[in-house]
Amino acid sequence: MQWTDEGIVLGVRRHSESAVVLELMTVQHGRHLGLVRGGRSRRMQPVLQPGNRVAAEWRARLDEHLGTYTVEPLRHHAARLYGSAVGLYGLQALAAHLRLLPERDSHPRLFDMTALLVEHFEEPERALELFLRFELMLLDEMGFGLDLRQCAATGTTDELIYVSPKSGRAVNREAGEPWADKLLPLPAFLRESKQRADRASMQDAARLLIHFFERDVHGPRGKPPGPERQSFLEAAFRALNVHATL
Amino acid sequence: MSGRRIAGPEIEKLIQLLARVPGLGPRSARRAALQMIKKKDQLMGPLAEALALVHERVVVCSICGNADTSDPCAICADPRRQTGTIIVVEEVADLWALERAAAMSNVLYHVLGGVLSPLDGIGPDDLSIASLIDRVQAGGVSEVILAVNATVEGQTTAHYITDRLSGFDLTVTRLAHGVPVGGELDYLDDGTLAAALKSRTKF
Repeated sequence: MQWTDEGIVLGVRRHSESAVVLELMTVQHGRHLGLVRGGRSRRMQPVLQPGNRVAAEWRARLDEHLGTYTVEPLRHHAARLYGSAVGLYGLQALAAHLRLLPERDSHPRLFDMTALLVEHFEEPERALELFLRFELMLLDEMGFGLDLRQCAATGTTDELIYVSPKSGRAVNREAGEPWADKLLPLPAFLRESKQRADRASMQDAARLLIHFFERDVHGPRGKPPGPERQSFLEAAFRALNVHATL
Repeated sequence: MSGRRIAGPEIEKLIQLLARVPGLGPRSARRAALQMIKKKDQLMGPLAEALALVHERVVVCSICGNADTSDPCAICADPRRQTGTIIVVEEVADLWALERAAAMSNVLYHVLGGVLSPLDGIGPDDLSIASLIDRVQAGGVSEVILAVNATVEGQTTAHYITDRLSGFDLTVTRLAHGVPVGGELDYLDDGTLAAALKSRTKF
């Protein structure tokens, strides 16, 4: 078995004295692991930092084997982010989220979004907006997507300002008014890709998305979400001088 | 593959244990064992005594986390080092490397015992960050130098500690990243070059 692909480094784990097990988010092969011989060498360590983009060749005798990677660097993003708390916490949060996906499951949309996020982690406002869009996409790719196209009660597409915490479907202002305290606010930027997010709507989006992550993803696995997302959101809002209640 | 034993079980066990030492594989462990057998009185005896003595006396310093034969360790107990500067390192090996370099005299250290690593399940509570905060809280610290590795995990840990220390009246600094001494630009990776340019200094 052999293939070549582009990938973004999510993490490495030491394996023996000189090798590492590399975890990549690849374009065609999803989250994929493989052994890198000499991965702890002085030459390879800077390449195998989370966030870096690499060209990878994977080889194994059988498809179900761990296999070995040969890796060449394409873009060194990690070193650029060393001075940015938002960037570093963001990389950790991104990797933690992508680890929710099964291995070797192709998600080209998520790869593109991941690549875009890594490019923008130095800009807190842009990074925050992209991260929340990424979370929405991740829910969708995992089969727990929110239906934000039309009102669950009336079918209308106007003034969709709530989301039902039970069904994950959008609700129109008029239809949702009697249950407003039970419904979750729907930020407009999550519905429209061209709409830019403001700081208040990003807080709403963060609360909306974690509700569904906890209920549909972390809950059934019996594992609470790790601290990575919270650390990233706190750092990003702090960088924007927003005292966020998440 | 051969199951033939080439030496008695005692020697085999010695080779097996030596092979677990970082930097030694089975082949070099065999060579080391053979050398010790050859120099039984000059090398093996004193080595066994030294190992037994260190095994008996080695402790982890309750202040900084260094490994020494006394608690507090020789560094923490040195009265000349009470200058208010603490260098935070990941492992004892890093502390020893900085001491060898002798670039800063009379400083104290704090060994974290690793870095934050979600992949390996290492969180803030698994590192000695709380004891660092306690040391700072106790007073007399004017600067904390974060000498962690230039890896994403190391730098994330550095930012986390900086956040935790933000309420104290002290300076938090970190090591510079960039061109190593004797390094040629042409051979450096893009990331190191970018970091070096970013943290350029006035000439």
